[in-house]
Amino acid sequence: MDNALFEYLVRLGDDSLILGHRLSEWCGHGPILEEDIAMTNIALDLVGQTTSILKYAGEVEGKGRTEDDLAFLRYEREYRNTLLVEQPNGDFGVTMMRQFLFDAFRKPLFEQLVNSSDAQIAAIAAKSLKETKYHFKHSAEWVIRLGDGTEESHERVQNALNDLWRYTDEMFFTDEVDRDLESRGITFSMEDLKNTWQETVKSVLDQATLEIPTNGWQHDGGRKGLHSEHLGYILAELQYMQRAYPGMEW
Amino acid sequence: MVAKERIWELMEEVFDPEVPVLTVVDLGVVRDVNFENDSWKITITPTYSGCPAMKRIEDDILEKLKENGIENASVELVLSPAWTTDWLSESGKKKLKEYGIAPPVAEVDKSVLFAERPIVPCPKCNSKRTKMISQFGSTACKAHYQCEECLEPFDYFKCLK
Repeated sequence: MDNALFEYLVRLGDDSLILGHRLSEWCGHGPILEEDIAMTNIALDLVGQTTSILKYAGEVEGKGRTEDDLAFLRYEREYRNTLLVEQPNGDFGVTMMRQFLFDAFRKPLFEQLVNSSDAQIAAIAAKSLKETKYHFKHSAEWVIRLGDGTEESHERVQNALNDLWRYTDEMFFTDEVDRDLESRGITFSMEDLKNTWQETVKSVLDQATLEIPTNGWQHDGGRKGLHSEHLGYILAELQYMQRAYPGMEW
Repeated sequence: MVAKERIWELMEEVFDPEVPVLTVVDLGVVRDVNFENDSWKITITPTYSGCPAMKRIEDDILEKLKENGIENASVELVLSPAWTTDWLSESGKKKLKEYGIAPPVAEVDKSVLFAERPIVPCPKCNSKRTKMISQFGSTACKAHYQCEECLEPFDYFKCLK
């Protein structure tokens, strides 16, 4: 089995799985109907992307695990998502800020991966990129609208940015898995990705009249399976049916 | 053996579960029909990654073939090349409009934030005075619009390229 490729796919898939689940929590609770529908639509895209990614991960692993087995039947330490995506929804401003910081990373990532030497990753990236462009446009426009909106909305998204900033560096976490895949042309430079992300984020936050926090301290752990307490609660809900009724289908 | 053309004809009798005026051929979801190793293989591609209709479409295709005496068939899902709205047939676009869904018009430059929205004519009264209510609509493939002339709220089958 190609261990590095499997590990990479699980990282890629868990980010969209957990963020998709987080967004789905807004179903029926959106501030306005249109946003309720928007967030659940984006959740659906993210979970759909996860399906393709984890399905491929299961094939690479070669032990007969399906995308559902991987999504529903692993333990907390086996999840490889970043800490950013498991952070609670908070208010609408927090959710949009979290989404924007993620979309600004995921869009250029897929732009890189369409050129992957791995044909299946390239196909998934080409498909997902079309959707991610819509997500980015939606979240970036909201960050600008809220940041450059009323005093109240400005303060709330600035606070959201201050709280979430410490989880952003982890998206660019690099270890031997990344170095191995990059050497095979399956993935590309994380440094280029980070530069693109920083430029995009700065340009949008400037328009939003928001200030990038200067505190340099950053969390990590998610890529190694060490999560914040939030993931346990997410998994309790996400896995409930399969744990209570193993193998159930509908 | 059944002719390949016959399989394509049958595919034109399978409708999209969410936009039931369109066949899976109109939508461009059926990519290929082939006879391999004594079995028909139908290749399909999803419109959006999370499209919940794909499983249903797969089942409906097999069901349609079975009804017509073709038991040895399978459906394969492929992601590449990725589906775009350019694959919607002209007759499909016409059927969409008649059904009350505005067909895709032009590509929006998604890199430009707050860019001008494309002008989407109202499928009911054809007025160009319409506004986007939400980029995300009742299904993954649609946005939500309203006509400012006749006030009709309508779905827009959004452009995906």
